[in-house]
Amino acid sequence: MLSYDLLLNAVMAGLLLGGFYAAVTVGISISFGILDIVNIAHPAFIILGSYVAYIVNAQFGLDPIGASIIALPGFYALGAAIYQVYYVSFEKRGQDALRGLAFFFGILFITEVGLVLEFGVDYRYVQAAYIAQSWHIGIVDLPLRMLVPCLMSLAMLAALQIFLTRTFTGRAIMAVAQDQVALQLMAADPIRIKRIAFAISIATASLAGAFLIIIQPVEPSIGRDYIGRVFAICVLGGLGSLPGTLIGAMLLGIVESFTATFYGPSWAPAVSFGLLLLTLAFRPMGLLGR
Amino acid sequence: MTALLEVERLSKRFGGFVALDEINLSVAAGERVGLIGPNGSGKSTLVNCLCGTLDNEAGTVRFEGRDLAGQSAHQRTRLGMARSFQLPRPFASMTVADNLKIPLFYAVNARHTPALTEPEVAARCEELLALVGLLDRAWRFPRDLTQIDMRKLELARAMATGPKLLIADEAMAGLSNTEVDDIVALLIRLNERGTTVILIEHIMRAVMSFSQRLVVLVSGKKIADGHPDDVMRDAEVERAYLGQ
Amino acid sequence: MNSVVRSASFILACAIVAAGAFVGARAAGNDYVFFAGYTVLQFVVLATAWNILGGYTGYVNFGSAAFFALGAYATVFFHKFYPLPVPVLVVMGAAVSGLVGLGMGYLTLRLRGAFFAIATLALAVVLQTLVVNWNYVGGARGAYVIRPAEVEGLSLPYVQYLFLVMLALAVVAIATARIIEHSRLGYGFAAIRDDELAAEASGVPTLRLKLIATTLSGALMGMAGAPFPYYIGYLQPSSAFALEYAVNSIAMPMIGGTTSWIGPLVGALLLGTLQQITTVTISSAVNLLIVGVLLVGFVILAPNGLIGLWRRVSVKR
Repeated sequence: MLSYDLLLNAVMAGLLLGGFYAAVTVGISISFGILDIVNIAHPAFIILGSYVAYIVNAQFGLDPIGASIIALPGFYALGAAIYQVYYVSFEKRGQDALRGLAFFFGILFITEVGLVLEFGVDYRYVQAAYIAQSWHIGIVDLPLRMLVPCLMSLAMLAALQIFLTRTFTGRAIMAVAQDQVALQLMAADPIRIKRIAFAISIATASLAGAFLIIIQPVEPSIGRDYIGRVFAICVLGGLGSLPGTLIGAMLLGIVESFTATFYGPSWAPAVSFGLLLLTLAFRPMGLLGR
Repeated sequence: MTALLEVERLSKRFGGFVALDEINLSVAAGERVGLIGPNGSGKSTLVNCLCGTLDNEAGTVRFEGRDLAGQSAHQRTRLGMARSFQLPRPFASMTVADNLKIPLFYAVNARHTPALTEPEVAARCEELLALVGLLDRAWRFPRDLTQIDMRKLELARAMATGPKLLIADEAMAGLSNTEVDDIVALLIRLNERGTTVILIEHIMRAVMSFSQRLVVLVSGKKIADGHPDDVMRDAEVERAYLGQ
Repeated sequence: MNSVVRSASFILACAIVAAGAFVGARAAGNDYVFFAGYTVLQFVVLATAWNILGGYTGYVNFGSAAFFALGAYATVFFHKFYPLPVPVLVVMGAAVSGLVGLGMGYLTLRLRGAFFAIATLALAVVLQTLVVNWNYVGGARGAYVIRPAEVEGLSLPYVQYLFLVMLALAVVAIATARIIEHSRLGYGFAAIRDDELAAEASGVPTLRLKLIATTLSGALMGMAGAPFPYYIGYLQPSSAFALEYAVNSIAMPMIGGTTSWIGPLVGALLLGTLQQITTVTISSAVNLLIVGVLLVGFVILAPNGLIGLWRRVSVKR
């Protein structure tokens, strides 16, 4: 007999989780969905963001989200630098996709191992006033450590959507995915536009990393769990669509939440990857795709 | 006489955009057909649908009386339909000669005729390279070729599949007058040996000197189909394509 | 006829080199040579197997660990019924991994190469989760596989026997790669890698060939994994699915050179030996860091690997 209480809380937990997953994925929606760059190292940057938030929080007691906002310019610069290397080494030379993939895989690897060497494999966590608290609305539990990241994530997504649809640079980014020549005729440099877009995608990792370490303790290897989730959401939601990313993230969040509640948390990684495999096999254009 | 290629009410959309709207076309064996139309009129989309690179949503394509629905691109090539790409797509890691081995191994040798032996494959390569004038560059790599040589390689590779129908997609863009004449002569030689050819081109001189029949495509619709001189005098064609 | 003779003499040459390696190892008088050598040879097989799909056809497999681990866990599975001889287990490991490769390929190879690569990552995690939750093969705790002291029939210490098996597998992998390279199949693979659309238009049945490559590659990796439980004695999911298999399977061919069978061999021998030294002298984490840096460095600066550099140097002379 299914408990209504349990069911409702599983759904709520799924939605909160989904909000967070959207923040994790939005960077890939930009780099893979719009720029067609398979940046599988993205989760590593998120973990990096988590560790940055951890360090600042441990040293200065600053709120992790605040710390990640301060770190935004640094991540932006990192993203710009990586895109420049990627462009000069691969896109310009017209190299096959193999090398680009190997490049990002190498970066994923170097980042993870680097973090292990620097911080070890112990779990790290942050301290903030709201992490232990929880709101209760009727029978529904809203742990603040899930609610705050979820709301901040929605804010970030909204800000990005406005940027992409209302500003010149944002629209140029959307355009570069479709027609580089037209963009050049508009007197915008496609390479610069793409670099900005990629840098933004890495900057989102800074915030997503802070959200992550608020929600759960972090150690270097958990980035790999997120690769499948991120691409599953991206493909499910239809590449390059921010609203699609949100819907896909919510869907995955709910499915994972249900699986964890009723079957046990050790099955959770298989859920996202399994969903990804199924989507790729049967509906690769995504739920909202053409 | 059944047509070699029968296209009935072929349609293709990309989302809301209608790229091809109920195209009807019939090509008899041995014909030389020219296909013209402004940029974006759907010519390349038509080629892609005929050859199986793209799926058409509606309509049928029949080759030698056989419905091609569900046949993949490589299967259509094996049945006898070949195409050259508008932007040459050579196999960059192989020599010019080896580029021709691929269609010989996989199209010609896959048919129900006795397979070519290694010496026969080499001989066929030589023959084709001589036909297009690339024999002295047989051991070069595609990156070392000039534009026109790449076009010739592209055509030679399509011809290597031993096609009954060859669709040449804008093989002459950007070439000089003499180079254009070379390619037209090449295609006519090919046609004389029995290959039906559909020539898609912008260069009117080439189209007029080559085609026995001219088809005009504008905005995804066929607006003319007949003898080249008649078509060029057609008012609608003038208005839609030439008049501006 | 000519090519059959060439292939046969190549296999013979490999067998002679392998026999020489075995004799040399015994002459060293130190068991460590066999332990380290087994690991290096394992990488030769994995790198060569990866390259058949990645280097020849251009489809990147990030989940080499999954196919390797499938072979290892197939052994654990059958070992519980009855301790089968290693060669039989090798064939079974190949069959299991090959079938999974075929299945996964069938689901994802019709998509772009990037999606295939991501799907292989997904596969590795799904399989690891399945194994972790499957108590029959030990689950997260792991499974003990007792290694016999000696092999029946041969008076060889077991680790030397395993070394010999891996030598044989290395010969099989390299011979397979070379035979493919010089065959019609190899031309088809190269065409797919160079331009899949043009290959399809030239009559190449691209899906079928890609499935062959995926199945073959998976089977060889499963073969490499089958003796692993006996080598290591105690099999845990974290060691079977270790990231080092995924990164090394990619790094070794890319550093050695992806266009021929020589590349993965050179890459595996050099990098494998380097790693044995680094792991022992510095630490295994630093070792992995070096591999990652080398991979990125080579991909950016020397995309054709060591073989590519060698060719450029020898052309200049």
